[in-house]
Amino acid sequence: MCLAVPGKLVRWLDRDPTFAAAEIEFAGVRRRCQMACVPDAVEGDYVIVHAGIAITRLDTAEAERVIAELARVESNTSPVDKRHLEP
Amino acid sequence: MNTMKYVDAFRDRAAADRLVHEIRQRQTQRWTLMEVCGGQTHGLMRYGIAEELAPEVELIHGPGCPVCVTPLEAIDRALQLAFRDDVIVTSFGDMLRVPGSQYSLLSARAAGGNVRAVYSPSDAVALAKAHPRRQIVFFAVGFETTAPATAIAVRQARGLRLKNFSLLVSHVRVQPAMRAIAESHDCQVQAFLAAGHVCAVMGYESYDEFVARHHLPVVVTGFEPIDLLEGVLEAVYQLEEGRAEVANRYAWSVRAEGNRNARDLVHEVYEVCDRRWRGIGEILEGGLRLRPAWRDFDAEYRFPLSIQPTEEPGECRSGDVLAGRIKPPQCAAFGTRCRPDRPLGAPMVSSEGACAAYYRYARSHVS
Repeated sequence: MCLAVPGKLVRWLDRDPTFAAAEIEFAGVRRRCQMACVPDAVEGDYVIVHAGIAITRLDTAEAERVIAELARVESNTSPVDKRHLEP
Repeated sequence: MNTMKYVDAFRDRAAADRLVHEIRQRQTQRWTLMEVCGGQTHGLMRYGIAEELAPEVELIHGPGCPVCVTPLEAIDRALQLAFRDDVIVTSFGDMLRVPGSQYSLLSARAAGGNVRAVYSPSDAVALAKAHPRRQIVFFAVGFETTAPATAIAVRQARGLRLKNFSLLVSHVRVQPAMRAIAESHDCQVQAFLAAGHVCAVMGYESYDEFVARHHLPVVVTGFEPIDLLEGVLEAVYQLEEGRAEVANRYAWSVRAEGNRNARDLVHEVYEVCDRRWRGIGEILEGGLRLRPAWRDFDAEYRFPLSIQPTEEPGECRSGDVLAGRIKPPQCAAFGTRCRPDRPLGAPMVSSEGACAAYYRYARSHVS
């Protein structure tokens, strides 16, 4: 449940205080997320989404740095990871 | 020795090396830290950080795996509901795989129970809207990080005037568990790495009192390798200088006051209660329950159930693992009679469980 991958706010879908929702992009995949806790976020902002709801807005420069690094780690380490999964 | 094999791939390899070097420079004795969050346990194992720092720092793994500490009787309650014809029980995928006193929700589904995994509690609300003749129960587990998601779901259900949505609540709170660990007579922990995302919601101002009382450093820490190393380094700085303070090393995500909107939402829907934690026992103020104003949406009131407290299967030592008393490989069943495909206890199931982290990333070192 505790994924630290930041997502980028692509567009707002609903501005109602209870039903607030936006499209958030994670590594190229877009997902509808609840936004009631970050009503001031704007398109282009990065957020951490937990159990389907954005719980915090991130510092943009730092989020972009981390996303780049995570992408690099994933692409470089997945074979090692898989090897570790084998008995 | 350099075991941080996963960090090899990092653009910031140099930064990681600098941090490790600095930790070694500063440290004059071996310190014992506890990372509270199960997501951090997985990061420390996956990136080889726990092993790399082993000579300098012992990392004890904390109880921050929400599905691991969900009590057996709560799972048994959900199981009872799943076998009612009028009910569909929903929860996070991880939760469905955790064994109750006899079996898991997933195996209940195989046996004809009504169980569905959802990505978010709001998806369960949508399910209730789509199936007005079925009672949709969301099994609400997790720490303060997850409570905003379940709180907004129940507010949405009220907004839609749904009569067929309810929450079976077993939320837990991090800080009372840290207090229980700090006050235990055999506490080894000299500093805490506080769970970054819980702090993103709740802030870290409330740790001032905790630090003053227990004289243990509390360092708000993130999940990425550099974040984890910075958290460890800050703890070592404080310990070497004899200080105990609250420090934030996850500042790009966490603010002192947390997220005010999320805190208000959780406060509106939930109140603090005592809660039994699986493997640990009753924790004073260790849980959240629905406030009386939200009782119409409380599955415990809607479906009176009688469940007796039950005990953990004899061989599983998850209680000792969750309290940080042993590391997973010290359990005789680890990797043999207990594996992710046929787990004895919850920490082997969950993506945040310490046993699963050792099974996945460190088996070669212990077998």
